[in-house]
Amino acid sequence: MTAFLEELVVGRTEVLGSHTFTADEIKTFAAAYDPQPFHLDEAAAAASHFGALCASGWHTAGIWMRLMVEYAQRQSEERIARGLPVAEMGPSPGFRDLKWLVPVYAGDTITYSATLRETRLSASRPGWGLATHDNEGVNQKGQTVFSFTGTAFWQSRGAQA
Amino acid sequence: MAGLAFEDFKVGDTASYGRYALTRDEVISFASQFDPQPMHLDEAAGAASILGGLAASGWHGCVILMRLIADNVLAGGMGEGAPGIDQVRWLRPLRPGDVFSARHEVLETRVSRTKPDRGFVRFRFELVDQDGIAVMEQTNSIMFGLRGPGGTA
Repeated sequence: MTAFLEELVVGRTEVLGSHTFTADEIKTFAAAYDPQPFHLDEAAAAASHFGALCASGWHTAGIWMRLMVEYAQRQSEERIARGLPVAEMGPSPGFRDLKWLVPVYAGDTITYSATLRETRLSASRPGWGLATHDNEGVNQKGQTVFSFTGTAFWQSRGAQA
Repeated sequence: MAGLAFEDFKVGDTASYGRYALTRDEVISFASQFDPQPMHLDEAAGAASILGGLAASGWHGCVILMRLIADNVLAGGMGEGAPGIDQVRWLRPLRPGDVFSARHEVLETRVSRTKPDRGFVRFRFELVDQDGIAVMEQTNSIMFGLRGPGGTA
């Protein structure tokens, strides 16, 4: 869906996009997956230590993922338009150090980014490597609200041979 | 379990709970909204991927676990959210038709130094399939209010 593992540049930051969280979508997500009062109801949230309705942290994370995929799809279309081959992104073995630093309140706009920390070839899967990114979300006040370090399988140039 | 406060958790406690049947429609619906990669949307693309068949987004596993924790550990209790997640490991693909439950072990408990009316309980959670196999492991702390701040209980 994007550049090959060997073309990725350690330290480079990609701005993935922005998303504004509405009260309605915060409540819809929470009703399905995280039904805690401060994600479901304005009055209950006002009485909690959050002080106002705020998104489930998993909602914040899910939007990062969507914007990452959409970003990769745009990169892929650009490569195809330039006649370049396109690498596949694979699944992820996991992530670490996920921090919900500041609540994401209804009406907040979060801008997400990914910075490449490292790449390595997979020992077990020929033609594949693993890319590790430091990811974050920043709100309209410039506060970092969310960060984590995630790793995903990434197609290597070797797979083209 | 219901109505739980900080004092209800002790290091070494274990528990198993909940039931969540994952459908194909839900796999695709979640992926469409939050992780629209072909391997989470389409059988043929899933089969051609490392996942070897249509499989749910790993984030979908996280929110299924969240739902099981919310309904069985946090409901009606004094949970106040989580500051983050130390680690998640996606161990096996989550397939349509799987039926999940959760289990946890309490790793650590500590009262907040700055806010002594609440404390942190650190858990290792597993999302477990119908064969008892862990498909995902997650380690994190959850904040709980104290039932009796300043007490010895």
